[in-house]
Amino acid sequence: MNAPSTDEPAALFTAGPLTRRKLRTQRLAGAVFGGMSVIILAPLFALIGYLVVRAWPALTWEFLTGLPEKGMRAGGIWPALIGTLYLVFFSLVLSAPVGVFAGIYLNEYARDNWFTRIVNLAVVNLAGVPSIVYALFGVGAFVIFADLGKCIVSASLTIAIMTLPAYIVATKEALNAVPHSFRVACWNLGASKWQTIRTMVLPNSISGILTPMILDACRTAGETAPVMFTGAVFYKAIEAGELLLYSPMEQCMALSYHLFTISTQVPGVPDEMLYATAVVLLAFVLCFNSFAIVLRTYMRGKKKW
Amino acid sequence: MGDYKIEIKDLRVSYEKKPALKGISVSIPEHEVFAVIGPANSGKTTLLKCINRTLELEPGTSVRGTVTIDGLDAGQMRDVYGLRRRIGMVFPLPVGLPLSVYDNVAYAPRMAGTRKKAILNEIVERCLTQAALWDEVKDRLGTLGTMLSGGQQQRLTIARALSHDPEILCLDEFSIAIDPVTTMRIEDVLVQLKKKMTIILVTNLVQQARRLGDITCFINKGELVQVGPTETLFSDDPGNQLTYDYIHGVFG
Repeated sequence: MNAPSTDEPAALFTAGPLTRRKLRTQRLAGAVFGGMSVIILAPLFALIGYLVVRAWPALTWEFLTGLPEKGMRAGGIWPALIGTLYLVFFSLVLSAPVGVFAGIYLNEYARDNWFTRIVNLAVVNLAGVPSIVYALFGVGAFVIFADLGKCIVSASLTIAIMTLPAYIVATKEALNAVPHSFRVACWNLGASKWQTIRTMVLPNSISGILTPMILDACRTAGETAPVMFTGAVFYKAIEAGELLLYSPMEQCMALSYHLFTISTQVPGVPDEMLYATAVVLLAFVLCFNSFAIVLRTYMRGKKKW
Repeated sequence: MGDYKIEIKDLRVSYEKKPALKGISVSIPEHEVFAVIGPANSGKTTLLKCINRTLELEPGTSVRGTVTIDGLDAGQMRDVYGLRRRIGMVFPLPVGLPLSVYDNVAYAPRMAGTRKKAILNEIVERCLTQAALWDEVKDRLGTLGTMLSGGQQQRLTIARALSHDPEILCLDEFSIAIDPVTTMRIEDVLVQLKKKMTIILVTNLVQQARRLGDITCFINKGELVQVGPTETLFSDDPGNQLTYDYIHGVFG
């Protein structure tokens, strides 16, 4: 191999064999990695496009705000949409404080001992449990043992426990991203641990805590298994156009379960209604996702280091 | 023995069983600059962290021996935050908290419960003036502390360390991130501050210890090699070959 001689300045302007090989590998790497990124985008656009096209005839304001009619074969999905909102809201209210406080404890206070290790192990394992197992646990623990019956509270508690590990991990990671030197500086100024957390660590990690929390909360909107045994019903008669449809101790309809029943249990539902329900569920999730992204962008703009 | 501000007796520190300080005993008189010199990794910073008890916040450390301040055992004090407020700390790399210049300096008084705007204003102006930074930032107290230049941030750190009116000021290689001119200005400030507080100056710059130190202490590998009046250590015959070699750059 004749390496380009560096004695001549001109050698820097002509690519030798080694340089050519490097450039070739670089182009290849760029092409492969870029191609993979396109492969990620393609199914998403194909899926959304197909759904929207098929659902288009049924996507009307009346469909969104109307009540189901003729045994689900006509009418709208209003009760299911509101039911899903209820479930997401209640589960968030129930699990967010526990998740955030546990995350703060594990990252800021806990020393590295057997107890902390067990808690961390439990968090990792909880995250890996399938949702149907959570559903059965919810039936046993909340519906039967706690005697809450099948209702919004039972379903929300089940979802809450399911999302708890994600909240804990998100909080821990967000807190961990705050430089340790900030804490040391505050301690040296005579601030207690809690003062340091309240005035320095939390204000600088709040976007990292909130964003994943919103993303996880809206992901639960699509979960069917945990709600189908604990609180979701096939049909519930309510008044049209009302916002506060349900009381927490009632059962409710949910978008995910509604989609499941009309596509598998009820014969003769028009295809476009199925697609339209799926589109609404998808839009619900994407709506919250974009809110989370906007929030993150806004908070990042305020980041101060 | 009662006229020493700080007395350290047989201080032994280890990190995860690895000894960092192997039995240090020194006494630091009030209103003097106590300079600590020694090669890297010899335990100088650890010594400072023992005085304000921030070492115990780091996992895996064990501390033995006593540090007494005004004759009171610091290790036994229940109000550790009160203890830390009596001591100002400045570390080698400036840490501007992600707050405005004003809030950086007002942080410690606020955490100690001061709420009155007038008092805070007065503290901020006094501390920034003492740290030779007031003239540069007085028109932009609202800008972020992290937006200042490195040298300005280090002076902000000094202002912050002064904000709770400490009796003891510990400086850990404060000048490595700032230019010589600013360093000299801060050194002038330290000479002024000496009248009001006891200063412990950890430094890599042997000449800085010579300029500022009333007493100089030389630590090597966690052991106290020599402590005495600065003139003695810097004389042609300090009485210890290791000290002579280090100060004259033969090793280290």
